Amino acid sequence: MSVSRFIAAAILATALILPHADAGEVAFSERRSGSTFMAPETQAMQSNDTANPGMLGVLDGATLWGKTIGAAEKSCASCHNDASTSMSGVAARYPAFDDTLKRPVDLEQRVNLCRVDHQRAPPLAYESRELLALTALIGRQSRGLPIAGGTDPRLTPFVDKGRATFMRRQGQLNLACTNCHDDNWYKRLAGSAITQAHPTGYPLYRLEWQGLGSLQRRLRNCMVGMRAQPYDADAPEMVELELYLMSRARGMPIETPAVRP
Amino acid sequence: MLAVAAMLGLSRAALADALRPYAIVDDAIPLSLTGADGDPARGRAVVLLRQNTCLLCHSGPFPEQRFQGDLAPNLQGTGSRWSGGQLRLRMVDASRLNPATIMPSYYRIDGLQRVAEPLRGRPILSAEQIEDVVAYLATLRDQPGKHE
Ligand code: HEC
Ligand code: HEC
Repeated sequence: MSVSRFIAAAILATALILPHADAGEVAFSERRSGSTFMAPETQAMQSNDTANPGMLGVLDGATLWGKTIGAAEKSCASCHNDASTSMSGVAARYPAFDDTLKRPVDLEQRVNLCRVDHQRAPPLAYESRELLALTALIGRQSRGLPIAGGTDPRLTPFVDKGRATFMRRQGQLNLACTNCHDDNWYKRLAGSAITQAHPTGYPLYRLEWQGLGSLQRRLRNCMVGMRAQPYDADAPEMVELELYLMSRARGMPIETPAVRP
Repeated sequence: MLAVAAMLGLSRAALADALRPYAIVDDAIPLSLTGADGDPARGRAVVLLRQNTCLLCHSGPFPEQRFQGDLAPNLQGTGSRWSGGQLRLRMVDASRLNPATIMPSYYRIDGLQRVAEPLRGRPILSAEQIEDVVAYLATLRDQPGKHE
């Protein structure tokens, strides 16, 4: 590099060192679901319920919904009746503000709060078959409905923290989520379409996982990829990230259970 | 999917101890980090090894490699564009030249946040690996096929 080019680069660099000057959130009108990046066969697998392997989790969830458990001897249905009516639109507005805890809880945490408080049963482990099945069942009842994440004004400070985490470089590779998902979403990381990281379809069936997985599992995959220390499942940063992603995808339709490569 | 899995791999050869000192002159590190010349054949293997992450972002004259990224310039011709010393600084710490770059700093341990526990305090590549990669990149001339 010539000296003049080096100086030019240095000036450019100074301009870019301002926080997030290198990062712009994907424009509202340019937003695309991860499914639009997939091969037609994978898209067909998602949209056809009989071919979508995530539907097995939904069916499993429907059985668990009616199962009486815990010291209170109640099922989900005892309080919520038919999931297809009572749960319609619920997943579209999670993570939601919890009045008692005074912070946002995601759908997994909500299910576990119901288990502990109302069913008097132990909480389900993150990524357990049962928790994935119940959240898949609940998510399915919002399919096609517009995401309404982060609209409650009490959530605003948490959305902002989630955004800050999304913009912050981390890990040995020193990358931020925004570097890939805002700045380079139309490119390929080795063989994979990067996509805009919209959480439209969780929990979803990922071919690489050969199973259902939560949004948190997906986020941990990316963090491990950045060689960052992943946050614990119940760390506030994790829920804040989920919340920010849902607010970023506001208005986009829920696809749960989606399929991804 | 392959991509993120590839980023996972740890570079066993990365040093656990402190970095060797180096001096930056203009936009280059003129002197070898190890005091010796690297080996281009070994350097090619370092670049191609998925866990070293280069091919996540870069493509290059590697017809046998099926998955190559397009987030970064094709590596073909880098040896014509840059001197060895310039390539060395780009490998060691590209953010010195462009703080907004997404190219990781392969020989740096400071100023990083939340590095995965087992990797803390280690550079991504060892000094020897950096020298091998620099020696390999220097062979990538604009005329393809000569030194590959
Ligand atoms: C180096 C690039 C890179 C970085 C940095 C990165 N990701 Fe990803 N992300 C990907 C790729 C590539 C995929 C597509 C999945 C695949 O095939 O591996 C993906 C997928 C996703 C998805 C799934 C979208 C869908 O349609 O289901 C979400 C959500 C996501 N990332 C969020 C994040 C968050 C949050 C961060 C930061 C903590 C992050 N990513 C950091 C590359 C990256
Ligand atoms: C996460 C993305 C990423 C990874 C991983 C990456 N690079 Fe880069 N690299 C870039 C980008 C982007 C540039 C363009 C210059 C800049 O942004 O500073 C670049 C520039 C370069 C250049 C200068 C190219 C030129 O002709 O100007 C070389 C040489 C290079 N990289 C080699 C490597 C090698 C070798 C590895 C692996 C050991 C690697 N890179 C890993 C993103 C990456």
